Amino acid sequence: MTLKSEPFVVNLGPQHPSTHGVFRLRLTLDGERIIDADMVMGYLHRSMEKLAEERTYTQNIPFTDRTDYLAAMTGNLAYVMAVEKLMGIEPPERALWLRTIMSELQRFASHCMAIGIFANDCGAWQTPVMHMFRDREKILDLFEMACGARLTLNYMRIGGVSRDIPPEFIPAARKLMQDLPRRLAEYESLLLDNEIIVARSRGIGVLTPEEAMAYSVSGPLLRASGVAWDIRTADPYAAYDKVDFDIAVGTSGDVYDRFVVRLAEMRQSLRILEQALDMMPSGPIHARLPTATAQPGDAPVAPLALRPPVGEAYARIESPRGELGFYLVSDGGPAPFRFHIRSPSFINLSALKKMTVGVTVADAIVILGSVDIVVGEVDR
Amino acid sequence: MTAVLTGLDIAHRIEEQSPGAVADAAPEAATIVPARLGDVCRYLRDDPGLRFEFLSSLTAVDRLEYFEVVYHLESLRLNLITVIKVRTFDRDNPVAPSVCAVWPGANLQEREAYDLMGIYFEGHPDLRRIFLWEGFAGHPLRKDFLNLPGARMAGLERFPGEPGGPLEGRG
Repeated sequence: MTLKSEPFVVNLGPQHPSTHGVFRLRLTLDGERIIDADMVMGYLHRSMEKLAEERTYTQNIPFTDRTDYLAAMTGNLAYVMAVEKLMGIEPPERALWLRTIMSELQRFASHCMAIGIFANDCGAWQTPVMHMFRDREKILDLFEMACGARLTLNYMRIGGVSRDIPPEFIPAARKLMQDLPRRLAEYESLLLDNEIIVARSRGIGVLTPEEAMAYSVSGPLLRASGVAWDIRTADPYAAYDKVDFDIAVGTSGDVYDRFVVRLAEMRQSLRILEQALDMMPSGPIHARLPTATAQPGDAPVAPLALRPPVGEAYARIESPRGELGFYLVSDGGPAPFRFHIRSPSFINLSALKKMTVGVTVADAIVILGSVDIVVGEVDR
Repeated sequence: MTAVLTGLDIAHRIEEQSPGAVADAAPEAATIVPARLGDVCRYLRDDPGLRFEFLSSLTAVDRLEYFEVVYHLESLRLNLITVIKVRTFDRDNPVAPSVCAVWPGANLQEREAYDLMGIYFEGHPDLRRIFLWEGFAGHPLRKDFLNLPGARMAGLERFPGEPGGPLEGRG
């Protein structure tokens, strides 16, 4: 005889340490099993897409810092790439390399957060997070050198980057490249075979490759399911076609594999960074823009009155969370007619209900941690 | 490198497979007849030469004369990308067929387009607002949502919920 209890509704969030921001999961439970999961979002909805229609193309760059605030560089990059596609601008070689370096530093910093907080969700309270924060701080120091900010960076510009790196950047980055592999080895030995993490995450929240694709899941989640899809190699942007690296792929598509894929990606990021620091050429960092004739030389600031031709463009990159795309429609005016963000955090949540129905509440927390959402990007 | 199937290419293929399904074709995208969208999407997903199994992005654009639902499709196996669109002309009650049955990943994105642009997706299993609350007046991404300086269409006088008399205009 099976016992069945009355369905019971639990609100996980919006204020809850493991919802990674103001995100609410309304779980319907039968005993401890989840029988329905309803996502309630919008607490951080700032109507970015509407605001962007009232601002010029250049004024919109800082908004892209504030969607995925743990990976502002990649947010900037995807947006300026969309505008460049719309206008047919080719950034100079050095700018492409700087974009690659910044994107990979950002990926490392973002995965530090993802892994640290995930370990938190598994019950390793605060120690891994603090280890990870230590390394992330060093990367934020580099960002501060390059652009003066640590979180909302506003570094990329339409046609290039806002400024060249200072002379002390390269030695500091090389020093970090020496330290980080050792740290990473430390984390791998600390976390990969950790009995608690393995027990909490093996075989939980499994997505088959077919399911992952059908639910439009991207990034480490998709790769953990065994689909070797990375936009950096499939459709190279910036200088990714000139560096050598491997795509980290999982086999079982469970929470543990996502965590392993993220750790492996951090290793690959270091590989890319080492090559990029060696190969980066000197030269201008900003393309001449079609309307920039009044500005001297390689003006670092894109002019406010940038008017792309009528048309539309979709640019996508591999952000730390997955496929980040910007869809822009221009009517020839100084502001976008339509500005849409294809946000990986939001779309990866499509599969959350599929993953959580049938498991226990404690597993749901680990599964949500493995999706690695940033609510600023979910709600926009 | 990803191969881009232009709207003209994909329109040609669709027209070969199901004549009369393409309403319009431009280099950016092929526009599909709404009634045929389900069949076309299934063909794009299942055809061995296309395999568009990944719905990258679904969004809506207010083109003033009509609403446009834009589907960015990717084929991860064959490394292809293409764009299809559907138009709906009724401003008061825009309807488009849901593609949730073809790509389950469309679920949240269609809810977003319904919430912010007010497009009703016929056949969606659970069409509710997602970012704004039920009862919110209007759909903010429409061009006629608010009377803004330099706005292209007349809209609401003030933001819903702000005090100062009855709301006017459409939203």
